[in-house]
Amino acid sequence: MSDVDAKESAPVPEDDETGFTRRTALKALGATLGAAAFARAMAPLRSWSADLSMDEFLQQHYHEMGEEELEKVLRRLEKETLEDYGAEVEIEDLRPQEGVQFGYALNLSVCNGCRKCAEACNKENNHDRKTNNSYIRVFEMEQGSLDFEKGTASYDHTVPAPGKYYMPVQCLQCDNPPCVDVCPVEATWKEEDGVVVIDYNWCIGCRYCEAACPYHARRFNWHKPEIPTSEVNPVQAYLSNRIRPAGVVEKCHFCLHRTRKGEAPACQEACPTGARVFGNLLDPDSDIRWVLENKRVYVLKEDLGTRPRFFYFFD
Amino acid sequence: MAEPSKKVPHYLSYPRFIWRALVESTDGNLLFYVWMTALTALALVGANAWAHQVADGMGLTGMTDHVSWGLYIANFTFLVGVAAGGVMMVIPAYLYDDREMHDVVIIGEVLAIASLVMAMLFVVVDLGRPDRFWHLIPGLGQFNFPMSMLAWDVIVLNGYLLLNLHIVGYLLYKRYRNEKPDRRWYIPFVFLSIIWAISIHTVTAFLYSGLGGRYFWNTAILAPRFIASAFVTGPAIIIISLQLVRYFTKLPVPRKPIQTLISIIKVTILINLFLLGAELFTEFYTGGSHAKSATYLFFGMDGYTGLVPWIWTAIVLNIAAAIMILHPLARKNFAFLNTACILAFIGLWIEKGMGLIIPGFIPTPLGEIVEYTPTLTEWQVTVGIWAFGLMIYTVALKIAIRILTGESNLQKDIDASPP
Repeated sequence: MSDVDAKESAPVPEDDETGFTRRTALKALGATLGAAAFARAMAPLRSWSADLSMDEFLQQHYHEMGEEELEKVLRRLEKETLEDYGAEVEIEDLRPQEGVQFGYALNLSVCNGCRKCAEACNKENNHDRKTNNSYIRVFEMEQGSLDFEKGTASYDHTVPAPGKYYMPVQCLQCDNPPCVDVCPVEATWKEEDGVVVIDYNWCIGCRYCEAACPYHARRFNWHKPEIPTSEVNPVQAYLSNRIRPAGVVEKCHFCLHRTRKGEAPACQEACPTGARVFGNLLDPDSDIRWVLENKRVYVLKEDLGTRPRFFYFFD
Repeated sequence: MAEPSKKVPHYLSYPRFIWRALVESTDGNLLFYVWMTALTALALVGANAWAHQVADGMGLTGMTDHVSWGLYIANFTFLVGVAAGGVMMVIPAYLYDDREMHDVVIIGEVLAIASLVMAMLFVVVDLGRPDRFWHLIPGLGQFNFPMSMLAWDVIVLNGYLLLNLHIVGYLLYKRYRNEKPDRRWYIPFVFLSIIWAISIHTVTAFLYSGLGGRYFWNTAILAPRFIASAFVTGPAIIIISLQLVRYFTKLPVPRKPIQTLISIIKVTILINLFLLGAELFTEFYTGGSHAKSATYLFFGMDGYTGLVPWIWTAIVLNIAAAIMILHPLARKNFAFLNTACILAFIGLWIEKGMGLIIPGFIPTPLGEIVEYTPTLTEWQVTVGIWAFGLMIYTVALKIAIRILTGESNLQKDIDASPP
């Protein structure tokens, strides 16, 4: 044994025989311990990566997928929803309709702040029940002021309160959306009917869009959404209300899984006061056109040049 | 045997160079082992916290939809500045042909490498879906260039990292072979890196200043402010590094580079304070919605005062550091000088970190005030990344210095184990 040691350590003149082997052995021990400690430190990732299929990991951008590929993805997502939430759902890929440009208007003289719209959004769009998330936030505003800082979104009393008016805010589907510009991976874009959508399977979760939005319209999935099986809305679309994975951004999509089939968005349907007017801007007989032509409408923060498609008006 | 290493072909000498670097990274005296073990332990704590964050969700952080960026992006922003600040050794060394600075300029380049790795790690840990990181790779993913400033940042940060790796790697390899470096192979890259250093912090400032909905960031002065503070923090950390190198290694560190760096900080620290003052004048004299975030930051708003102690600490530290660095004692007394550097470093870490990122979100564009406090997970990840960055800095400096002093070279390695 000592012969072998002597031979091995001979070429290193600065270290003596024993020093060389001890040092090497210690280094090997250190490296082994280090690697083991690293593996232990990273252990929580094991359960997480077990949930992540190779198909999901390698999935292409929505625009890059062919029909067949997208079909496979939709079926996989349905299967995953069944596994994770115990709910049988149907996820469609709905494209914009020809000759349709969506627009939305809201009558501030009529809105009474009941927040039925926000509630309906929560149910329709399979939002996390724990945080009671919704794409709509209703602000109680001071009479005589358009300043949000004088308003509050966390009022908790009978509505309407004297001296107040109510202002629901959701994504304004800007024609010049800052959120789309900043996304580094093109995970969000404006569809031809005007709806700004997100590919939830492409978003990397950097939240730059959340910082860029001047209307606080975007939400991030800080945890995996929790929804009881019985409450899952089974009518879903890829770009709208399918259950979002953790770690991605989401936003209002004008209920495109309904509106692209000619139905009303859930918030409009739920509104008891008739304050909400939704429709096709290109249809001269639509209610939205009547409002735009006959009411003095305005948009939020017009000076920022974002050109929203969501209009407010007073009677 | 006149110049034997010249005859060694690259395919034989380059593996030896890499092997030598590996040996130098794992060899040292007791203090080296203690230091590296401690840093490894901290880095592992950070790695573990991050693994939990990925598995359980970003909800483990203190961030919310209201304050959607926090400690991670604050550190990212600050570290891009440190990386850019390394160039303040390169400029005197190459643009002004400062011979003595030239001998130690590699410290600035190594600092840039370590800070860039840290900065990029801070972006990775901020991602909700780190598994989709490949979506950012041009060619593989969908790269929103040139519209997204974050896409620009991916390019400039990686480009700056490659530039510095090339310059440092090339010069050290030539020195390892005991050859004179060919100017054509590094001088153009050095000059490119000077422009590039400015670009990384400019693009990082544009990331924020381009957002019209965030009044606090939406100011043309942001990029100049970033550059000014980068040219304080970079030189400050290099001044301390130079003294540590002098104490712990055989590399001769002349006095003059430190004096040059003091002269640089004397100017940049005042420019930084001036620009901050100019910004605050505009905010507070004009008032209105543009001043809301600054009001929250400096004085608190509606009883919310989370950042007030932070920013006033930063202001006090920055002013104290400026007075100290301008004092003649800074040129004579190293303890005094180092204190000034550390004060400036901490002051700017707050001012260009938490003091810049968090108020951008408070109040929100819809006037709500939701405060942000980093959670234990965030602090653990943050300390872990800093520890990992210090490991890179230590190891890279050790490799570089052992080769620069000639303690390690190809001939010695060949003599030790002939091919």
